[in-house]
Amino acid sequence: MTIKKLNYILRQAFKSLWRNRMMGLASIGSVTAVLIILGFILIIVLNVNNIALATKESFDEIAVYISDDVEEAQIEQLGKSFKEIDGVMGVAFQTKEYALERLKEDWGADAWMLESLRKNPLPNTYIVQLTDVQYSDYVKSKIETFDGVEQAQYYKDAVNSLIRISDFVKKGGAGIIIILLLISVFIISNTIKITVLNRQKEIELMQYIGATNGYVRGPLLIEGLILGLIGSIVAIVIIFFSYNYLIKYLAGGYVAIVTGMAGYMVGVDMILNDLIIIFLTIGIGIGILGSLISLKKFLSV
Amino acid sequence: MIEFNNVTKVYKNEFTAVKNINLKIEKGEFLFIVGKSGAGKSTLIKLLLREINPTEGIITYNNQNITKIRKRNIAEYRRNIGFIFQDYRLLPKLTVYENVAFAMEMICCNAKNIRREVPLVLSMVGLSDKAKYYPDELSGGEQQRVAIARAVINKPETIIADEPTGNLDQETSKEIMKILTEINKRGTAVIMATHDREIINQYQKRVIELKQGVIIRDMKTGGYSNDNKKA
Repeated sequence: MTIKKLNYILRQAFKSLWRNRMMGLASIGSVTAVLIILGFILIIVLNVNNIALATKESFDEIAVYISDDVEEAQIEQLGKSFKEIDGVMGVAFQTKEYALERLKEDWGADAWMLESLRKNPLPNTYIVQLTDVQYSDYVKSKIETFDGVEQAQYYKDAVNSLIRISDFVKKGGAGIIIILLLISVFIISNTIKITVLNRQKEIELMQYIGATNGYVRGPLLIEGLILGLIGSIVAIVIIFFSYNYLIKYLAGGYVAIVTGMAGYMVGVDMILNDLIIIFLTIGIGIGILGSLISLKKFLSV
Repeated sequence: MIEFNNVTKVYKNEFTAVKNINLKIEKGEFLFIVGKSGAGKSTLIKLLLREINPTEGIITYNNQNITKIRKRNIAEYRRNIGFIFQDYRLLPKLTVYENVAFAMEMICCNAKNIRREVPLVLSMVGLSDKAKYYPDELSGGEQQRVAIARAVINKPETIIADEPTGNLDQETSKEIMKILTEINKRGTAVIMATHDREIINQYQKRVIELKQGVIIRDMKTGGYSNDNKKA
């Protein structure tokens, strides 16, 4: 392709974009609308996943209480044994004294109540960190076989339902996104089809005049590309500002739970890059695809 | 220049539109194609434009067999021909000037050339003062003159006009004919399909009459029908 031809095609594309600006606005509108819905679903999936992950992290440990009659050397030996079990990432020891200190800190002003205790009722504890929650049952059963282990505890039900929820959201979100993508290709190829249909006479005329297919197709493809590009940029800007606003709004909320949730939310800066890449790809892709699909019908004269 | 050799076109619905057409058109000729609706005029034009291919026979243009042109070379072939439609087919969102320039932009893209050529052609069809008008601000005759300007802007060897005066009154038709004759005098062949009895009788050019897909008359100079020749 010569520079001359490219120059022509670009100029022609912009000219005809301007001439058909109302139809163009409609196309941009549908690209933007679809991408915004897509963006919000994406954000919901990301956030649920993020919250699930964050919560899961605080659940993927097992508290192992050691009997008071176990010697120090044996305690050390137990820790080493725990470490060798499959699925264990790390082991941390917490003396009963330390546990009491922490309890006092937690109780704050009420800590004087603990002063009256003659004996520390809290056990020595191993906090066993798992590589993944799925190992919890297995690790727990292993740990309980050791001598000197009083009890191994973890939040089984909470962990299990969490796994279920995050799995469901991931799968459901992926499903919705795929369906939405299909719908959007359909909508946009139809919008562009209307644009092309509106210009059927123009295209026919070009072919009678003796314009090569490149001259006919080129500007329309570029037009589709530009419409998709503008549509995705608008969607990115809208998503960016409204999501940013939402986070700030939640963080400044009066209810503590809501404020806490804002802390778990994925930051705008974290998703912006991915969002831009995904949206531009989809927007431009749909634009070109739509043009191609609808053009195929009209290059027949 | 153009030669039809035993050309037959049968459409998919088994309707035979033209049958055994043998026709030779020379450079710079002025030719009327007459006949009732369905006689095969449109099919003949479509064959010439390489919009359709004949079922049988060969059509040559400057000794090139156009039935064998590859799809992607059709555009280049069509640049030899300027086409004028009965319904003008101007682009409504473009001004008169832009409509004519549009045809040039498709083929070559030198802006300087366009700025020089378009006013010349517009003055030839007498529309210099309406360059900035839009098609819906023009009369039918004026619109057809724009269409003629658009057809000749790329200096084609041949002009094909399909009922160019079909939507116009007698007075306006005469203006259009004057312009077409002028173009013909400059060396461009004009092939015109028409119903217009008066025009054909007045101009006494070569006439080809079609009836049910067959050429029933081909006269060097003739009228609308055989009877009129005597008159």
